[in-house]
Amino acid sequence: MSGVTNLVPSDVVDKWRKDFPILRQKINGKDLVYLDNAATTQKPNTVIDTISRYYTEINSNIHRGVHTLSQLATDEYELTREKVRQFINAKSLSEVVFTRGTTEAINLVVNAWGGAELKPGDEVIISEMEHHSNIVPWQMICEKTGAILNVIPMNDDGDLLIDEYKKLVNEKTKMVAVVHVSNALGTVNPIEEIIEIAHAHNAKVLIDGAQAVAHLAVDVQKLDCDFYVFSGHKLYGPTGIGMLYGKESVLEKMPPYQGGGDMIRMVTFEKTEYNDLPYKFEAGTPNIADTIALSAAIDYVLAIGFDAIHAHETALLDYATESLKVIPGFRVIGTAKEKASVLSFMIKGIHPHDLGTILDTEGIATRTGHHCAMPVMTHFNVPATARASFALYNTKAEIDVLKAGLLKTMEVMGV
Amino acid sequence: MFDLKELYQEIIVDHNRAPRNFREMEDADLKAEGFNPLCGDKLVVYLKLDKDVIADVSFQGEGCAISVASASLMTDQLKGRTEQEAEKIFETFHELVTDRDSEIDLEKVGKLGALAGVREFPARVKCATLCWHTLNSALDDQDKNTHATISTE
Ligand SMILES: Cc1ncc(COP(=O)(O)O)c(C=O)c1O
Repeated sequence: MSGVTNLVPSDVVDKWRKDFPILRQKINGKDLVYLDNAATTQKPNTVIDTISRYYTEINSNIHRGVHTLSQLATDEYELTREKVRQFINAKSLSEVVFTRGTTEAINLVVNAWGGAELKPGDEVIISEMEHHSNIVPWQMICEKTGAILNVIPMNDDGDLLIDEYKKLVNEKTKMVAVVHVSNALGTVNPIEEIIEIAHAHNAKVLIDGAQAVAHLAVDVQKLDCDFYVFSGHKLYGPTGIGMLYGKESVLEKMPPYQGGGDMIRMVTFEKTEYNDLPYKFEAGTPNIADTIALSAAIDYVLAIGFDAIHAHETALLDYATESLKVIPGFRVIGTAKEKASVLSFMIKGIHPHDLGTILDTEGIATRTGHHCAMPVMTHFNVPATARASFALYNTKAEIDVLKAGLLKTMEVMGV
Repeated sequence: MFDLKELYQEIIVDHNRAPRNFREMEDADLKAEGFNPLCGDKLVVYLKLDKDVIADVSFQGEGCAISVASASLMTDQLKGRTEQEAEKIFETFHELVTDRDSEIDLEKVGKLGALAGVREFPARVKCATLCWHTLNSALDDQDKNTHATISTE
């Protein structure tokens, strides 16, 4: 075990588990063992109740009514913005733009920033371990603008080759867009260094924090990134709500992404004056209920604290890695120096898809497939992997169930 | 409640471990590629025709046990059949793996019946049918004289 101190006692974890009603579900007659947290986390009672309370008590449209409910809804919506601001330590509320999720936040930057800034011959750098949502939008805008897309390679542990990155970045580089924590490999990238190098060449930096925010504290001012994005649903919050952080100076220069209500100050047929930040980027009625519930998710995580979450999840990852590696033919995909909560693996002679089906009959939810990171599969020359990904409510006992499930799979498949 | 052993019957495990007709056919008349992007299954189906009779059929590729066993069983079943017969068999097979209320007589479908358990696992239907869709596209394309890549997503 790597040096984990302050192990979280199991009765504390049991108490956390009670906050998540879905964990009491039986799946195929078995206790649910939910190990697909990198896809989406489960939601605590407080989040579920907040959504219900919103629709029961204060549902109305925001930023536009003078009536009481509209005022209440607007207040809570804007309180969430303040909560998110504190959560990532943004300097001002103008820098927190609500989106549908990570994907929409990246597309916003790509289209609004990239559409205005990228010129033929400019360069954009991404990495070999990006999620498709941080590959495809850049490919699309590069095609449209004539910019060139370059890729930071990784080694067979799943560590980015920073020396290669240093060779790629130059005065033509306008953007470096890199994932904070890889969903397919668990790698925690050295983003401080990546950001510093980019800035030394006057390139902007976007960090995809989709897999990071549930596991480690993020301070965008300390990181000094230009953009940071995440999805609420991977942070114990609802689907359909995510966030774009952008430095105010950068957001200010960007044209709007979508046009419509809320993002304008004045409209005539001759000319439209856009609203101030962050509203300039929030056209139309937003996802009010889920935004407000995101607040409850952040409260939940902060009440437990990242020290405890990190200690517990590191212990789980170490325990899983150690106890599964005795299985014959077990191979971990992603052995980076620093990892968070993701164990991607293969078992010799068994296709991950069969593994996933058989584990499901044991009540164990894992992800099998390419994890929306096909280039990662190509790198490791595998069609797919199985992935167990951990959250604060997982236990060592569940990893034992996983191990038993894997052994059963091998028996069924005759390997 | 379904039974796992229904899905992973011995015959499937066996055909997965030792797939029949698993080879490239250099002198194939027809060939098509199938791809299931969701799970990364990839296979190529090769056909040799004698008028409208399938004189030889083989496949290659990689995939989960269901897709490999299904392709293996398919090739076993099709040798010596006419194109029309092959089409009929696919129709029956499709019903077998998708329709929970299907009243198909398992006796009549031979070894393909081993895949009937798939119907309890909707997420796996595409695995079982990938080879058949690929076969179809090879046959369909013979008029167009092109090499097709089909995808079950
Ligand atoms: C690293 C990473 N980036 C981006 C995304 C996309 O997030 P969403 O689907 O919530 O927009 C995910 C989610 O799977 C992810 O893991």
